[in-house]
Amino acid sequence: MNEETVVRTAVPRLVVTQDNEFWFRAAREGRLEIQRCADCHVLRHPPAPVCPECRSFDWDTVESSRRCTLHSYTVLHYPRDDAFDYPLTVGLVDLEEGIRLVADIAGVDRDELEFGMELEVGFTEHAHGEILPQLRRPRGSRS
Amino acid sequence: MTRAGFSGAAAIAGIGATEFSKNSGRSEWQLACECVLAALDDAGIDVAEVDGFSLFTMENNPEIAVARALGIPQLSFFSRIPHGGGGACAPVQQAALAVAAGVADVVVVYRAFNERSGHRFGAGPPPFAYNPSTDQEYRNWINPYGLLTPAQQEAFLAMLYMHKYGATSEDFGRISVLSRKHAANNPKAWFYQRPITLEDHQNSRWIAEPLHLLDCCQESDGGQALVIVSTERARDLPNPPAVIRAAAQGVGPQQISMSSYSRADIDRLPEVNLVAEQLWRQAGLGPEGIDAAVLYDAFTPMVLLQLEEYGFCGIGEAKDFVADGNLEVDGRLPVNTHGGQLGEGYIHGVNGIAEGVRLIRGTSTNQPAKPVEHVLVTGGSPVPHSAIVLGTDD
Repeated sequence: MNEETVVRTAVPRLVVTQDNEFWFRAAREGRLEIQRCADCHVLRHPPAPVCPECRSFDWDTVESSRRCTLHSYTVLHYPRDDAFDYPLTVGLVDLEEGIRLVADIAGVDRDELEFGMELEVGFTEHAHGEILPQLRRPRGSRS
Repeated sequence: MTRAGFSGAAAIAGIGATEFSKNSGRSEWQLACECVLAALDDAGIDVAEVDGFSLFTMENNPEIAVARALGIPQLSFFSRIPHGGGGACAPVQQAALAVAAGVADVVVVYRAFNERSGHRFGAGPPPFAYNPSTDQEYRNWINPYGLLTPAQQEAFLAMLYMHKYGATSEDFGRISVLSRKHAANNPKAWFYQRPITLEDHQNSRWIAEPLHLLDCCQESDGGQALVIVSTERARDLPNPPAVIRAAAQGVGPQQISMSSYSRADIDRLPEVNLVAEQLWRQAGLGPEGIDAAVLYDAFTPMVLLQLEEYGFCGIGEAKDFVADGNLEVDGRLPVNTHGGQLGEGYIHGVNGIAEGVRLIRGTSTNQPAKPVEHVLVTGGSPVPHSAIVLGTDD
């Protein structure tokens, strides 16, 4: 992490715990992993220590296809943080595997945003210094 | 439906506030002490009689600091409810429970802060956001992508709600216009004599689409306090009791602060519905029995969603309920007659409880002509929620 870029942003440092460390490590390696109950196999996100369906503490992960559709979105104008460019489009997506994820959207004009549109999770180093998901049009689609 | 438990056992006997401003010029601690004394004066109760305080988090003035400063010799009850504005009405429940159970006789609730001249909630994460604990872990999944403020975090819900039900920015704007209309007639309101038009709302700058600036509450300095005693004692005090007929808290499934985005319908508020069901059961009435309401209006879309979750209209129908004039002073359900947090001031919902008391007393600056026997006052959403029903003495 580049400390100089962190200084001027209000984005808090990640709270990395034994429950979620796998997710951030995978993100740094360009993979989107989803926590899965090892007993009942229900997926969950954000990560948590126990399955809310069967209360099992045993879990593993599955790698997401990163294909998703836009569930809702917003375009942010104020206040402005140094870590982002504004207007900043942020999406809530339904991943193909059935969980939801929040990430900023790159390369899609405001007027092109549509509920249900197909997107893909990519990874980029955000200006606050963390390598995390960013939403974009699926590869091979019109830009 | 039958009344049960502590319903009716306690009442709000006193209300008191400082001025609501953008720069109080004095410490938050002083604001707290001032409003507590004002509320006790309104109740006609000596400060030395206070034996309980109930607060909610994001209050910077601990009860022991206020007790020490005011020379209150002892406290036998003190509690603090989490989740900031969502918990705004819960300290009243705590106070009513304490009084009904006999563990305290005079419980004071207050919120006092310099939320405009000091730390502004709308500017970014609050200081405690940087404490790396489970309490703040949820920020991992929203803050690094730009969702840093409450307005930004609520925007997904509002956008989807519009898409699903055909609501428009104008439908949100009507709440803002109504609040400013009420505030224009309230000398205590920051926006006294400054109404706006729907056009003003539409022309105000974007904050987080679909929210314009005028969809967002103010940031304010000020303090507001409430005094809760037994209903029996309140009958002997100077003002008519605002009897606490019901008071409830609620957390819904897969609840996350401001960002319960994994729920099937993110535009529904199950924690609000849970509170509503408890209130109706405790008070022995339903939404049809509510004569006026103070609905937490940090942002306008939440007023529409609350109207639906509390059952004043059907899901997706709030835009029509509002447009038909039901929320006006002479309407079916006068709402936010003090001007709300959009118009009067943002004292984290506690100034709204005071307006609920005034409506019961018949002293609102926008008092409806009809009899007001039951008032609903709500806390914030979409976070863990709380609300109360105040009633006249019977």
